[in-house]
Amino acid sequence: MSLKQVFTKEEIERSITRISHEIIENNKGVKELVVVGIRTRGYVLAERIAKGINNLYGTRLDVGALDITFYRDDLSAISEQPVIHNTEIDFDIENKNIVLVDDVLYTGRTIRCALDALIDFGRPRTIQLAVLIDRGHRELPIRADYVGKNIPTSQKELVQVKFQEIDNEDSVTIEETQDDKEENSKMGS
Amino acid sequence: MTKKKTAKWVHKDLLGLEYLSREDIELLLDTAESFREILGRKIKKVPALRGKTVVNLFYEPSTRTRVSFEVAAKRLSADVINIAVESSSVRKGETLNDTGKNIEALKADIIVVRHNCSGAATMLARNVNVSVINAGDGWHEHPTQALLDMFTLRKKTGKLEGLNVSIAGDIAHSRVARSNIWGLTKFGAKVTVCAPKILIPPGIERMGVKVTDNIDEALREADAINILRMQFERDDMKAFPSQLEYFKSFGITEERLKKAKKDIIVMHPGPINRGVEISSEVADGGNSVILEQVTNGIAVRMAVLFWVSQVKDKGTSIP
Repeated sequence: MSLKQVFTKEEIERSITRISHEIIENNKGVKELVVVGIRTRGYVLAERIAKGINNLYGTRLDVGALDITFYRDDLSAISEQPVIHNTEIDFDIENKNIVLVDDVLYTGRTIRCALDALIDFGRPRTIQLAVLIDRGHRELPIRADYVGKNIPTSQKELVQVKFQEIDNEDSVTIEETQDDKEENSKMGS
Repeated sequence: MTKKKTAKWVHKDLLGLEYLSREDIELLLDTAESFREILGRKIKKVPALRGKTVVNLFYEPSTRTRVSFEVAAKRLSADVINIAVESSSVRKGETLNDTGKNIEALKADIIVVRHNCSGAATMLARNVNVSVINAGDGWHEHPTQALLDMFTLRKKTGKLEGLNVSIAGDIAHSRVARSNIWGLTKFGAKVTVCAPKILIPPGIERMGVKVTDNIDEALREADAINILRMQFERDDMKAFPSQLEYFKSFGITEERLKKAKKDIIVMHPGPINRGVEISSEVADGGNSVILEQVTNGIAVRMAVLFWVSQVKDKGTSIP
Protein backbone atom coordinates (compact mmCIF):
# COMPACT_ATOMS: atom_id res chain seq x y z
CA MET A 1 0.00 0.00 0.00
CA SER A 2 1.48 3.31 -1.06
CA LEU A 3 0.37 6.82 -0.29
CA LYS A 4 1.00 9.56 -2.81
CA GLN A 5 0.25 13.24 -2.30
CA VAL A 6 -1.21 14.77 -5.45
CA PHE A 7 -2.40 18.14 -4.22
CA THR A 8 -0.76 20.37 -1.63
CA LYS A 9 -2.29 22.95 0.68
CA GLU A 10 -1.19 25.79 -1.61
CA GLU A 11 -2.56 24.09 -4.70
CA ILE A 12 -5.89 23.52 -2.98
CA GLU A 13 -6.07 27.20 -2.06
CA ARG A 14 -5.20 28.32 -5.59
CA SER A 15 -7.85 26.01 -7.09
CA ILE A 16 -10.52 27.35 -4.78
CA THR A 17 -9.63 30.91 -5.74
CA ARG A 18 -9.71 30.04 -9.42
CA ILE A 19 -13.05 28.22 -9.09
CA SER A 20 -14.47 31.26 -7.28
CA HIS A 21 -13.46 33.48 -10.22
CA GLU A 22 -14.84 31.05 -12.77
CA ILE A 23 -18.19 30.89 -11.00
CA ILE A 24 -18.50 34.68 -11.11
CA GLU A 25 -17.43 34.79 -14.74
CA ASN A 26 -19.84 32.07 -15.76
CA ASN A 27 -22.79 33.60 -13.92
CA LYS A 28 -21.89 37.17 -14.91
CA GLY A 29 -21.89 38.21 -11.28
CA VAL A 30 -23.35 36.92 -8.05
CA LYS A 31 -27.03 37.61 -8.62
CA GLU A 32 -29.28 34.83 -7.28
CA LEU A 33 -26.19 32.74 -6.55
CA VAL A 34 -26.16 30.21 -3.69
CA VAL A 35 -23.70 27.48 -2.77
CA VAL A 36 -24.70 24.03 -1.51
CA GLY A 37 -22.16 21.46 -0.34
CA ILE A 38 -22.61 17.73 0.05
CA ARG A 39 -21.83 16.46 3.54
CA THR A 40 -19.21 16.20 4.83
CA ARG A 41 -16.23 17.52 2.88
CA GLY A 42 -18.26 19.00 0.05
CA TYR A 43 -19.80 21.33 2.61
CA VAL A 44 -16.40 22.44 3.87
CA LEU A 45 -15.36 23.15 0.29
CA ALA A 46 -18.65 25.00 -0.34
CA GLU A 47 -17.97 27.31 2.59
CA ARG A 48 -14.48 28.02 1.29
CA ILE A 49 -15.72 28.76 -2.21
CA ALA A 50 -18.43 31.06 -0.83
CA LYS A 51 -15.79 32.80 1.29
CA GLY A 52 -13.62 33.17 -1.79
CA ILE A 53 -16.45 34.85 -3.70
CA ASN A 54 -17.42 36.98 -0.69
CA ASN A 55 -13.85 38.23 -0.37
CA LEU A 56 -13.74 39.18 -4.04
CA TYR A 57 -17.16 40.82 -4.27
CA GLY A 58 -18.09 41.81 -0.73
CA THR A 59 -21.17 39.62 -0.87
CA ARG A 60 -22.62 37.28 1.73
CA LEU A 61 -23.69 34.21 -0.18
CA ASP A 62 -26.08 31.70 1.33
CA VAL A 63 -24.40 28.37 1.96
CA GLY A 64 -26.35 25.16 2.50
CA ALA A 65 -25.41 21.63 3.52
CA LEU A 66 -26.93 18.59 1.89
CA ASP A 67 -27.01 15.06 3.29
CA ILE A 68 -27.89 12.57 0.57
CA THR A 69 -28.04 9.31 2.54
CA PHE A 70 -31.79 8.86 2.13
CA TYR A 71 -31.52 9.41 -1.63
CA ARG A 72 -28.92 6.76 -2.34
CA ASP A 73 -29.84 3.87 -4.61
CA ASP A 74 -26.92 1.77 -3.42
CA LEU A 75 -27.59 1.77 0.34
CA SER A 76 -27.89 -1.99 0.47
CA ALA A 77 -24.72 -2.41 -1.59
CA ILE A 78 -22.57 -0.46 0.84
CA SER A 79 -20.97 -2.70 3.38
CA GLU A 80 -20.41 0.05 5.89
CA GLN A 81 -23.32 1.54 7.81
CA PRO A 82 -24.16 5.00 6.48
CA VAL A 83 -23.51 7.98 8.72
CA ILE A 84 -26.46 10.32 8.68
CA HIS A 85 -26.04 14.08 8.98
CA ASN A 86 -28.59 16.84 8.81
CA THR A 87 -29.48 18.74 5.69
CA GLU A 88 -29.43 22.47 6.34
CA ILE A 89 -30.74 24.65 3.56
CA ASP A 90 -32.33 27.62 5.30
CA PHE A 91 -33.03 29.62 2.17
CA ASP A 92 -35.37 29.40 -0.80
CA ILE A 93 -33.75 27.82 -3.84
CA GLU A 94 -36.60 28.75 -6.20
CA ASN A 95 -35.10 30.40 -9.33
CA LYS A 96 -31.62 30.48 -7.81
CA ASN A 97 -28.37 29.59 -9.50
CA ILE A 98 -27.03 26.81 -7.32
CA VAL A 99 -23.40 25.82 -7.22
CA LEU A 100 -23.41 22.24 -5.97
CA VAL A 101 -20.09 21.32 -4.38
CA ASP A 102 -18.39 18.02 -3.60
CA ASP A 103 -14.79 17.08 -2.92
CA VAL A 104 -14.34 14.17 -5.35
CA LEU A 105 -16.28 13.36 -8.52
CA TYR A 106 -16.11 9.65 -9.28
CA THR A 107 -19.02 7.47 -10.48
CA GLY A 108 -21.47 10.38 -10.44
CA ARG A 109 -23.94 8.52 -8.24
CA THR A 110 -23.55 10.87 -5.29
CA ILE A 111 -24.28 13.81 -7.59
CA ARG A 112 -27.33 12.02 -9.01
CA CYS A 113 -28.67 11.68 -5.43
CA ALA A 114 -27.83 15.29 -4.68
CA LEU A 115 -29.73 16.52 -7.75
CA ASP A 116 -32.81 14.56 -6.64
CA ALA A 117 -32.48 15.93 -3.12
CA LEU A 118 -32.02 19.53 -4.30
CA ILE A 119 -35.01 19.45 -6.61
CA ASP A 120 -37.19 18.35 -3.68
CA PHE A 121 -36.50 21.79 -2.20
CA GLY A 122 -37.84 23.70 -5.19
CA ARG A 123 -37.07 24.58 -8.79
CA PRO A 124 -33.72 26.32 -9.17
CA ARG A 125 -32.89 28.22 -12.36
CA THR A 126 -29.62 26.31 -12.78
CA ILE A 127 -27.54 23.78 -10.91
CA GLN A 128 -23.82 23.89 -11.59
CA LEU A 129 -21.31 21.41 -10.25
CA ALA A 130 -17.98 22.27 -8.64
CA VAL A 131 -15.52 19.62 -7.44
CA LEU A 132 -11.98 19.72 -6.16
CA ILE A 133 -10.93 16.46 -7.81
CA ASP A 134 -12.33 14.71 -10.87
CA ARG A 135 -10.93 11.19 -10.86
CA GLY A 136 -12.91 9.80 -13.81
CA HIS A 137 -14.76 6.45 -14.06
CA ARG A 138 -18.23 7.94 -14.47
CA GLU A 139 -21.18 5.56 -14.46
CA LEU A 140 -23.78 8.21 -15.23
CA PRO A 141 -23.94 11.09 -17.74
CA ILE A 142 -22.72 13.73 -15.28
CA ARG A 143 -19.90 16.25 -15.63
CA ALA A 144 -18.53 19.07 -13.51
CA ASP A 145 -18.65 22.75 -14.50
CA TYR A 146 -15.75 23.68 -12.26
CA VAL A 147 -12.86 21.32 -11.51
CA GLY A 148 -9.89 21.90 -9.21
CA LYS A 149 -7.82 19.18 -10.79
CA ASN A 150 -8.35 16.20 -13.07
CA ILE A 151 -6.53 13.21 -11.66
CA PRO A 152 -6.56 10.05 -13.75
CA THR A 153 -6.89 7.08 -11.40
CA SER A 154 -7.43 3.39 -11.51
CA GLN A 155 -10.42 1.97 -9.71
CA LYS A 156 -8.08 0.20 -7.33
CA GLU A 157 -6.97 3.54 -5.97
CA LEU A 158 -8.54 5.48 -3.17
CA VAL A 159 -8.61 9.27 -3.40
CA GLN A 160 -8.70 10.97 -0.05
CA VAL A 161 -9.32 14.67 0.43
CA LYS A 162 -8.46 16.15 3.81
CA PHE A 163 -9.51 19.57 5.04
CA GLN A 164 -8.18 21.58 7.96
CA GLU A 165 -11.69 22.00 9.40
CA ILE A 166 -12.21 18.25 9.82
CA ASP A 167 -8.86 16.51 9.45
CA ASN A 168 -6.45 19.20 10.72
CA GLU A 169 -4.65 19.38 7.37
CA ASP A 170 -5.24 20.28 3.74
CA SER A 171 -4.17 17.59 1.32
CA VAL A 172 -5.25 15.20 -1.40
CA THR A 173 -3.66 11.76 -1.48
CA ILE A 174 -4.01 8.67 -3.60
CA GLU A 175 -3.73 5.32 -1.94
CA GLU A 176 -3.26 2.02 -3.72
CA THR A 177 -5.58 -0.63 -2.30
CA GLN A 178 -5.55 -4.38 -2.79
CA ASP A 179 -9.24 -4.40 -3.52
CA ASP A 180 -9.89 -4.44 -7.21
CA LYS A 181 -13.58 -3.68 -6.79
CA GLU A 182 -14.49 -0.01 -6.51
CA GLU A 183 -13.87 0.91 -2.93
CA ASN A 184 -16.37 3.54 -1.98
CA SER A 185 -14.33 6.50 -0.89
CA LYS A 186 -17.35 8.71 -0.37
CA MET A 187 -19.58 7.06 2.15
CA GLY A 188 -19.16 7.48 5.83
CA SER A 189 -16.51 10.09 5.40
CA MET B 1 -17.14 19.25 13.64
CA THR B 2 -17.35 16.61 16.34
CA LYS B 3 -17.82 13.02 15.41
CA LYS B 4 -19.90 10.87 17.71
CA LYS B 5 -19.30 7.17 18.02
CA THR B 6 -22.44 5.60 16.66
CA ALA B 7 -23.77 2.13 17.19
CA LYS B 8 -23.77 -0.45 14.46
CA TRP B 9 -27.44 -1.23 13.92
CA VAL B 10 -27.99 -5.00 13.89
CA HIS B 11 -31.65 -5.42 14.80
CA LYS B 12 -33.94 -6.96 12.22
CA ASP B 13 -36.89 -6.09 14.44
CA LEU B 14 -37.90 -3.45 16.93
CA LEU B 15 -39.69 -5.34 19.68
CA GLY B 16 -39.03 -3.25 22.77
CA LEU B 17 -36.63 -0.75 24.28
CA GLU B 18 -35.60 -3.33 26.87
CA TYR B 19 -33.56 -5.08 24.18
CA LEU B 20 -31.81 -1.99 22.82
CA SER B 21 -28.62 -0.37 24.08
CA ARG B 22 -28.35 3.30 24.81
CA GLU B 23 -26.25 3.67 21.64
CA ASP B 24 -28.97 1.99 19.57
CA ILE B 25 -31.55 4.42 20.93
CA GLU B 26 -29.24 7.37 20.33
CA LEU B 27 -28.81 6.31 16.70
CA LEU B 28 -32.59 6.18 16.26
CA LEU B 29 -33.08 9.60 17.89
CA ASP B 30 -30.28 11.18 15.83
CA THR B 31 -31.69 9.73 12.62
CA ALA B 32 -35.15 10.95 13.59
CA GLU B 33 -33.62 14.43 13.86
CA SER B 34 -32.72 14.27 10.15
CA PHE B 35 -36.20 13.05 9.25
CA ARG B 36 -37.76 15.80 11.36
CA GLU B 37 -36.06 18.31 9.08
CA ILE B 38 -37.49 16.56 6.00
CA LEU B 39 -41.01 16.95 7.47
CA GLY B 40 -40.50 20.72 7.35
CA ARG B 41 -39.81 20.76 3.62
CA LYS B 42 -42.23 21.50 0.82
CA ILE B 43 -41.74 17.99 -0.55
CA LYS B 44 -41.77 15.81 2.55
CA LYS B 45 -40.58 12.66 0.91
CA VAL B 46 -37.31 10.79 0.33
CA PRO B 47 -36.75 7.63 -1.70
CA ALA B 48 -34.95 5.63 1.01
CA LEU B 49 -37.51 2.76 1.12
CA ARG B 50 -38.53 2.83 -2.53
CA GLY B 51 -39.66 -0.61 -3.64
CA LYS B 52 -40.24 -1.89 -0.10
CA THR B 53 -43.62 -2.88 1.27
CA VAL B 54 -44.78 -2.15 4.80
CA VAL B 55 -47.81 -3.98 6.18
CA ASN B 56 -49.69 -2.52 9.13
CA LEU B 57 -51.30 -5.43 10.98
CA PHE B 58 -53.49 -4.10 13.76
CA TYR B 59 -55.39 -6.41 16.10
CA GLU B 60 -56.44 -3.50 18.33
CA PRO B 61 -58.16 -0.30 17.35
CA SER B 62 -55.68 2.50 16.76
CA THR B 63 -55.87 5.60 14.67
CA ARG B 64 -52.91 7.65 15.70
CA THR B 65 -50.22 4.98 15.72
CA ARG B 66 -51.42 3.33 12.52
CA VAL B 67 -51.73 6.61 10.64
CA SER B 68 -48.36 7.72 11.98
CA PHE B 69 -46.70 4.52 10.71
CA GLU B 70 -48.52 4.88 7.41
CA VAL B 71 -47.39 8.48 6.95
CA ALA B 72 -43.84 7.56 8.00
CA ALA B 73 -43.64 4.69 5.49
CA LYS B 74 -45.07 6.84 2.70
CA ARG B 75 -42.60 9.66 3.43
CA LEU B 76 -39.90 7.05 2.83
CA SER B 77 -41.53 6.07 -0.50
CA ALA B 78 -42.52 2.59 0.70
CA ASP B 79 -45.79 0.98 -0.34
CA VAL B 80 -48.18 0.58 2.57
CA ILE B 81 -50.90 -1.99 3.10
CA ASN B 82 -53.24 -1.74 6.09
CA ILE B 83 -54.86 -4.84 7.48
CA ALA B 84 -57.62 -4.18 9.96
CA VAL B 85 -58.32 -7.43 11.70
CA GLU B 86 -62.09 -6.89 11.82
CA SER B 87 -62.23 -7.36 8.06
CA SER B 88 -59.58 -10.05 7.63
CA SER B 89 -59.38 -13.81 7.71
CA VAL B 90 -58.34 -13.63 11.36
CA ARG B 91 -62.09 -13.53 11.85
CA LYS B 92 -62.12 -16.94 10.22
CA GLY B 93 -59.73 -18.33 12.80
CA GLU B 94 -56.29 -17.74 11.29
CA THR B 95 -53.47 -17.53 13.84
CA LEU B 96 -51.06 -14.63 14.12
CA ASN B 97 -48.19 -16.79 12.85
CA ASP B 98 -50.14 -17.97 9.83
CA THR B 99 -51.17 -14.43 9.03
CA GLY B 100 -47.52 -13.40 9.34
CA LYS B 101 -46.33 -16.18 7.06
CA ASN B 102 -48.91 -15.20 4.48
CA ILE B 103 -47.85 -11.58 4.58
CA GLU B 104 -44.28 -12.77 4.12
CA ALA B 105 -45.34 -14.90 1.13
CA LEU B 106 -46.84 -11.73 -0.34
CA LYS B 107 -43.24 -10.42 -0.33
CA ALA B 108 -43.72 -7.68 2.20
CA ASP B 109 -40.53 -6.37 3.85
CA ILE B 110 -41.74 -5.02 7.19
CA ILE B 111 -44.72 -5.94 9.38
CA VAL B 112 -45.90 -3.37 11.90
CA VAL B 113 -47.99 -5.22 14.45
CA ARG B 114 -50.26 -4.17 17.26
CA HIS B 115 -51.77 -6.90 19.40
CA ASN B 116 -53.60 -7.15 22.70
CA CYS B 117 -51.35 -9.99 23.91
CA SER B 118 -48.01 -9.20 25.52
CA GLY B 119 -45.22 -10.86 23.55
CA ALA B 120 -47.20 -11.14 20.30
CA ALA B 121 -44.65 -9.12 18.30
CA THR B 122 -41.75 -11.20 19.62
CA MET B 123 -43.49 -14.44 18.74
CA LEU B 124 -44.19 -13.18 15.24
CA ALA B 125 -40.59 -12.02 14.81
CA ARG B 126 -39.35 -15.51 15.66
CA ASN B 127 -41.56 -17.06 13.02
CA VAL B 128 -41.04 -14.81 10.02
CA ASN B 129 -37.91 -13.60 8.26
CA VAL B 130 -39.25 -10.16 7.45
CA SER B 131 -38.75 -7.30 9.91
CA VAL B 132 -41.30 -6.90 12.68
CA ILE B 133 -41.97 -3.61 14.44
CA ASN B 134 -43.94 -3.70 17.66
CA ALA B 135 -46.65 -1.02 17.61
CA GLY B 136 -47.86 -2.06 21.06
CA ASP B 137 -48.29 -5.53 22.54
CA GLY B 138 -50.62 -5.96 25.49
CA TRP B 139 -49.17 -4.47 28.65
CA HIS B 140 -45.63 -5.17 27.52
CA GLU B 141 -44.05 -2.46 25.31
CA HIS B 142 -44.86 0.30 22.86
CA PRO B 143 -41.33 1.19 21.82
CA THR B 144 -42.03 3.82 19.15
CA GLN B 145 -44.22 5.80 21.55
CA ALA B 146 -41.44 5.87 24.13
CA LEU B 147 -38.93 6.82 21.44
CA LEU B 148 -41.04 9.76 20.35
CA ASP B 149 -41.51 10.83 23.97
CA MET B 150 -37.74 10.70 24.46
CA PHE B 151 -37.15 12.50 21.17
CA THR B 152 -39.55 15.28 22.20
CA LEU B 153 -37.90 15.58 25.62
CA ARG B 154 -34.41 15.65 24.16
CA LYS B 155 -35.42 18.27 21.60
CA LYS B 156 -36.93 20.46 24.34
CA THR B 157 -34.23 20.12 26.98
CA GLY B 158 -31.13 19.15 25.01
CA LYS B 159 -30.41 16.03 27.02
CA LEU B 160 -32.00 13.12 28.86
CA GLU B 161 -29.31 12.54 31.50
CA GLY B 162 -30.43 13.57 34.96
CA LEU B 163 -33.86 14.67 33.77
CA ASN B 164 -36.71 14.17 36.26
CA VAL B 165 -39.57 12.55 34.39
CA SER B 166 -42.83 11.61 36.08
CA ILE B 167 -45.30 9.23 34.50
CA ALA B 168 -48.84 9.51 35.84
CA GLY B 169 -51.90 7.38 35.21
CA ASP B 170 -52.70 3.75 34.66
CA ILE B 171 -49.19 2.34 35.13
CA ALA B 172 -50.39 -1.24 35.58
CA HIS B 173 -51.94 -1.57 32.13
CA SER B 174 -49.54 0.71 30.32
CA ARG B 175 -47.05 -0.49 27.73
CA VAL B 176 -46.21 3.18 27.17
CA ALA B 177 -45.07 3.50 30.78
CA ARG B 178 -42.96 0.36 30.57
CA SER B 179 -41.21 1.34 27.34
CA ASN B 180 -40.57 4.84 28.68
CA ILE B 181 -39.05 3.44 31.86
CA TRP B 182 -36.75 1.09 29.92
CA GLY B 183 -35.63 3.86 27.61
CA LEU B 184 -35.29 6.76 30.02
CA THR B 185 -33.41 4.83 32.70
CA LYS B 186 -30.84 3.74 30.08
CA PHE B 187 -30.02 7.43 29.67
CA GLY B 188 -29.80 8.10 33.40
CA ALA B 189 -33.06 10.02 33.63
CA LYS B 190 -34.81 9.82 37.01
CA VAL B 191 -38.26 8.35 36.55
CA THR B 192 -41.14 8.58 39.01
CA VAL B 193 -44.40 6.75 38.45
CA CYS B 194 -47.60 8.02 40.02
CA ALA B 195 -50.99 6.32 40.18
CA PRO B 196 -53.67 5.21 42.62
CA LYS B 197 -52.25 2.24 44.54
CA ILE B 198 -54.41 -0.31 42.69
CA LEU B 199 -52.90 0.79 39.38
CA ILE B 200 -49.27 0.36 40.43
CA PRO B 201 -47.96 -3.09 39.59
CA PRO B 202 -46.10 -4.74 42.47
CA GLY B 203 -42.34 -4.79 42.01
CA ILE B 204 -42.18 -1.88 39.58
CA GLU B 205 -39.43 -0.32 41.77
CA ARG B 206 -37.13 -3.01 40.43
CA MET B 207 -37.20 -1.24 37.07
CA GLY B 208 -35.33 1.61 38.79
CA VAL B 209 -38.19 4.05 39.35
CA LYS B 210 -39.61 5.94 42.30
CA VAL B 211 -43.24 5.25 43.16
CA THR B 212 -45.81 7.60 44.61
CA ASP B 213 -49.58 7.86 44.81
CA ASN B 214 -49.45 11.60 45.38
CA ILE B 215 -49.66 13.62 42.18
CA ASP B 216 -48.35 16.82 43.78
CA GLU B 217 -45.25 14.96 44.87
CA ALA B 218 -44.81 13.57 41.35
CA LEU B 219 -45.05 17.10 39.96
CA ARG B 220 -42.82 18.91 42.45
CA GLU B 221 -39.36 18.07 41.08
CA ALA B 222 -40.42 17.04 37.60
CA ASP B 223 -38.88 18.50 34.45
CA ALA B 224 -41.57 16.68 32.51
CA ILE B 225 -44.81 14.90 33.23
CA ASN B 226 -46.07 12.18 30.90
CA ILE B 227 -49.79 11.75 31.48
CA LEU B 228 -51.30 8.43 30.48
CA ARG B 229 -54.88 7.93 29.47
CA MET B 230 -57.13 6.27 32.04
CA GLN B 231 -58.49 3.16 30.38
CA PHE B 232 -61.96 3.22 31.87
CA GLU B 233 -63.27 0.98 29.10
CA ARG B 234 -61.41 -1.98 30.63
CA ASP B 235 -63.47 -4.51 32.55
CA ASP B 236 -61.17 -4.55 35.56
CA MET B 237 -61.54 -0.79 35.88
CA LYS B 238 -65.18 -1.15 36.88
CA ALA B 239 -63.97 -1.32 40.47
CA PHE B 240 -62.66 2.23 40.13
CA PRO B 241 -64.90 4.84 41.79
CA SER B 242 -65.44 7.41 39.04
CA GLN B 243 -63.77 9.54 36.38
CA LEU B 244 -64.56 12.69 38.33
CA GLU B 245 -62.93 11.30 41.42
CA TYR B 246 -59.82 10.45 39.45
CA PHE B 247 -59.73 13.98 38.04
CA LYS B 248 -60.03 15.45 41.54
CA SER B 249 -57.20 13.40 42.99
CA PHE B 250 -54.89 12.89 40.01
CA GLY B 251 -55.97 15.13 37.14
CA ILE B 252 -53.36 17.60 35.91
CA THR B 253 -54.83 21.08 36.28
CA GLU B 254 -53.42 24.60 36.06
CA GLU B 255 -53.71 24.86 39.83
CA ARG B 256 -51.54 21.77 40.31
CA LEU B 257 -49.02 22.97 37.72
CA LYS B 258 -48.54 26.23 39.64
CA LYS B 259 -46.69 24.24 42.28
CA ALA B 260 -44.46 22.55 39.69
CA LYS B 261 -41.43 23.91 37.81
CA LYS B 262 -42.48 26.82 35.64
CA ASP B 263 -41.27 25.28 32.40
CA ILE B 264 -42.43 21.74 33.11
CA ILE B 265 -43.07 19.82 29.89
CA VAL B 266 -46.55 18.29 29.70
CA MET B 267 -46.80 15.20 27.51
CA HIS B 268 -49.61 12.78 26.67
CA PRO B 269 -49.50 9.87 24.20
CA GLY B 270 -53.16 10.46 23.28
CA PRO B 271 -56.02 10.10 22.90
CA ILE B 272 -56.60 12.60 25.70
CA ASN B 273 -59.65 12.53 27.93
CA ARG B 274 -60.27 16.14 28.84
CA GLY B 275 -61.46 16.49 32.40
CA VAL B 276 -60.30 13.00 33.38
CA GLU B 277 -56.50 12.82 33.49
CA ILE B 278 -55.85 16.34 32.18
CA SER B 279 -57.80 19.61 32.14
CA SER B 280 -58.49 21.37 28.85
CA GLU B 281 -56.49 24.42 29.95
CA VAL B 282 -53.38 22.32 30.51
CA ALA B 283 -53.85 20.22 27.36
CA ASP B 284 -54.04 23.39 25.25
CA GLY B 285 -51.66 25.44 27.42
CA GLY B 286 -48.13 26.68 26.92
CA ASN B 287 -46.46 23.75 28.68
CA SER B 288 -48.15 21.16 26.53
CA VAL B 289 -46.19 19.49 23.73
CA ILE B 290 -48.93 16.99 22.92
CA LEU B 291 -49.26 17.94 19.25
CA GLU B 292 -45.49 18.22 18.78
CA GLN B 293 -45.34 14.63 19.99
CA VAL B 294 -47.61 13.61 17.14
CA THR B 295 -45.37 15.26 14.54
CA ASN B 296 -42.21 13.90 16.14
CA GLY B 297 -43.81 10.45 16.07
CA ILE B 298 -43.61 10.42 12.28
CA ALA B 299 -39.89 11.26 12.32
CA VAL B 300 -39.15 8.59 14.93
CA ARG B 301 -41.09 5.93 13.06
CA MET B 302 -39.29 6.86 9.84
CA ALA B 303 -36.00 6.28 11.66
CA VAL B 304 -37.15 2.87 12.90
CA LEU B 305 -38.43 1.80 9.48
CA PHE B 306 -35.21 3.02 7.88
CA TRP B 307 -32.85 1.14 10.18
CA VAL B 308 -34.67 -2.19 10.36
CA SER B 309 -34.83 -2.17 6.55
CA GLN B 310 -31.03 -1.80 6.40
CA VAL B 311 -30.37 -5.09 8.19
CA LYS B 312 -29.31 -7.76 5.74
CA ASP B 313 -28.81 -10.66 8.14
CA LYS B 314 -32.39 -11.40 9.05
CA GLY B 315 -31.57 -13.96 11.71
CA THR B 316 -30.27 -11.67 14.45
CA SER B 317 -31.35 -10.01 17.63
CA ILE B 318 -34.58 -11.71 18.65
CA PRO B 319 -34.71 -11.95 22.44
